[in-house]
Amino acid sequence: MNPSQESLFWLRRPVVNVMVYCLYAICAASILLELVIHRHEILSFSGIFGFYGIFGFVACVALVLAAKLMRRVLMRPEDYYSREGKS
Amino acid sequence: MTAAWFHNPGLLLILSGLLLPVLPWRLRQVGLLAAPAMAIVLLLQIPQGTLIETEWLGYQLVPLRLDELAFIFALIFLIATVLCGLFMLHLRSRLEPASTLIYAGAAVAAALAGDLITLFFYWEATALASALVILANGPQTRPIVVRYLVIQVTSGLLLMAGAIVHIQATGSTEFGHLGLEAPGGWLILIAFGIKAAFPFLHNWLQDSYPAASPTGTVVLSAFTTKLAIYALARSYAGTDLLIPIGAAMTAFPIFYAVIENDLRRVLAYSLNNQLGFMVVGVGIGTEMALNGTAAHAFTHILYKALLFMSMGAVLMRAGTINGSELGGLYKSMPFTTVCCIVGAASISAFPLFSGFVSKSLILSSSAYEGYWIVWLILLFASAGVFHHSGIKIPFFAFFGHDSGIRCKEAPWNMLLAMGITAAACIGIGCLPSLFYSLLPYPVDYAPYTGGHILSQMQLLLFSALAFTVLMRTGIYPPELRSTNLDFDWFYRRLGPAIAVALRHRSGRLYDSLTRITLVGRDHGLLAIRTAYPHASQLGTGAMVSAVLLLLGAYLVLFY
Repeated sequence: MNPSQESLFWLRRPVVNVMVYCLYAICAASILLELVIHRHEILSFSGIFGFYGIFGFVACVALVLAAKLMRRVLMRPEDYYSREGKS
Repeated sequence: MTAAWFHNPGLLLILSGLLLPVLPWRLRQVGLLAAPAMAIVLLLQIPQGTLIETEWLGYQLVPLRLDELAFIFALIFLIATVLCGLFMLHLRSRLEPASTLIYAGAAVAAALAGDLITLFFYWEATALASALVILANGPQTRPIVVRYLVIQVTSGLLLMAGAIVHIQATGSTEFGHLGLEAPGGWLILIAFGIKAAFPFLHNWLQDSYPAASPTGTVVLSAFTTKLAIYALARSYAGTDLLIPIGAAMTAFPIFYAVIENDLRRVLAYSLNNQLGFMVVGVGIGTEMALNGTAAHAFTHILYKALLFMSMGAVLMRAGTINGSELGGLYKSMPFTTVCCIVGAASISAFPLFSGFVSKSLILSSSAYEGYWIVWLILLFASAGVFHHSGIKIPFFAFFGHDSGIRCKEAPWNMLLAMGITAAACIGIGCLPSLFYSLLPYPVDYAPYTGGHILSQMQLLLFSALAFTVLMRTGIYPPELRSTNLDFDWFYRRLGPAIAVALRHRSGRLYDSLTRITLVGRDHGLLAIRTAYPHASQLGTGAMVSAVLLLLGAYLVLFY
């Protein structure tokens, strides 16, 4: 097991697993509730079934992937500004 | 008329702040809480619509104007001052509490100012006093304070230049609606924009706030930027340009927040993102949108202070605020953990928490006015803010992998301050109608409809789902000790590098350039005098702008 897997190991603990399955269940329930509760939307396209769920998930995955890419360009050592010259 | 000057809650705070350092410690503690409490009483006694006018060197000054918009901002500034005072009650230092009161007082007085000259005076006072708040954290903050002051004072100078142009052209000193067409409108907009941390003008915020002490950052988070939002709402309501600016502000900082390691800097980025919502509200400029801006500023000051308080408590007890070194602190600091989660739920706009009832006013007004792209960006930013402020902050500090750090819970006064702030966040979220009655315009909006609750919960739950999936698959970027380049690279690296290169390569050229500038200045003055014999009135604004430009050029070359 390499170090990065090891540091993620706690994520596989049973209690965490139960919490994660609960989250899945609540997510599914929130989508199904749309069949019962009418969303009054101002903009037409946000009335699509499950719009907010899909949008939230895609937005966050895109956010994190883009931020990871940004790191390649923008990341410098912690003492970048204090190392040489004046800050 | 002199008495009128002292009938001002802001001035009361400033005077108390000046008096504070000479008092013994126990009295300093009393003063730190009593002064803002008295100021609140004073504010509540002033009738709405009060206008105190006076004259100074032939200019009309309005040191105090109380209308609905000024009232809500002055009130939240004063509430924040009480909470900050309680949070720093244990401090033995003289500088930090005193400069806090002066800073807060200047912000309140600026919000109550009815003319541009008084506004400028207090605008600069907030810059100087807030610099002292940062400096109170120790000598290592000096280079940061210098950078901070250069930018803050530039904002003040631009405001002065804009005010001079405006007063010369219109003869009116009134601090009211300006818009871009008004003389000096652009200069004043940029002055406000610097303090409101517009894109590319924003880096002073992420640079300086995490440099202050655990208590100082809480103070900083409350006043400067929200004063700028107030000024924008006062003078630029309905300025279309602010809508794209605000939308950009909500979106770009969240990318930085995801990869930033210093958790207080993460909060500084998310502060920037929250300001974006308020700027959009000002840009839309309808009554509902302006209500949204005022409401969001109010709730934001509370939950952001709460988040900074909890991170301040962590920094104070654990000795670090880097996400890479923290984790598992809920065992040592359970109360702080709960308060942090309340702040996180509020900023993420969970139903029953304060952000839910304020942010939706802005989102709805953008949809009503048909700005659907802006609405989508705001929705993206809402999901993103939950992702980094709502989940990342509590997760990496209090949960996540156990860092092994075992420390004491924060001192009682910090816990009390956090507890009261958390209660306020929940109170606003649960009793929106009471809160809405404080807003500048009548509110015709019901936040708690089944559809609204459901859509917001879907958005948040699926954001949480994304975080979980990314964590469990190992895709989520780990917290790393690092510096991430932002726009400040241009003036912290590129600018100095060019200046050094210039000085090295062409010392002589540099000297002669200076000589030419001086000669040029004399010739220029001569030319102006010849061309305009009655030139004493000539374009004060143009002169001020030219001087500003010269000062700026000197600064860049020598700094």
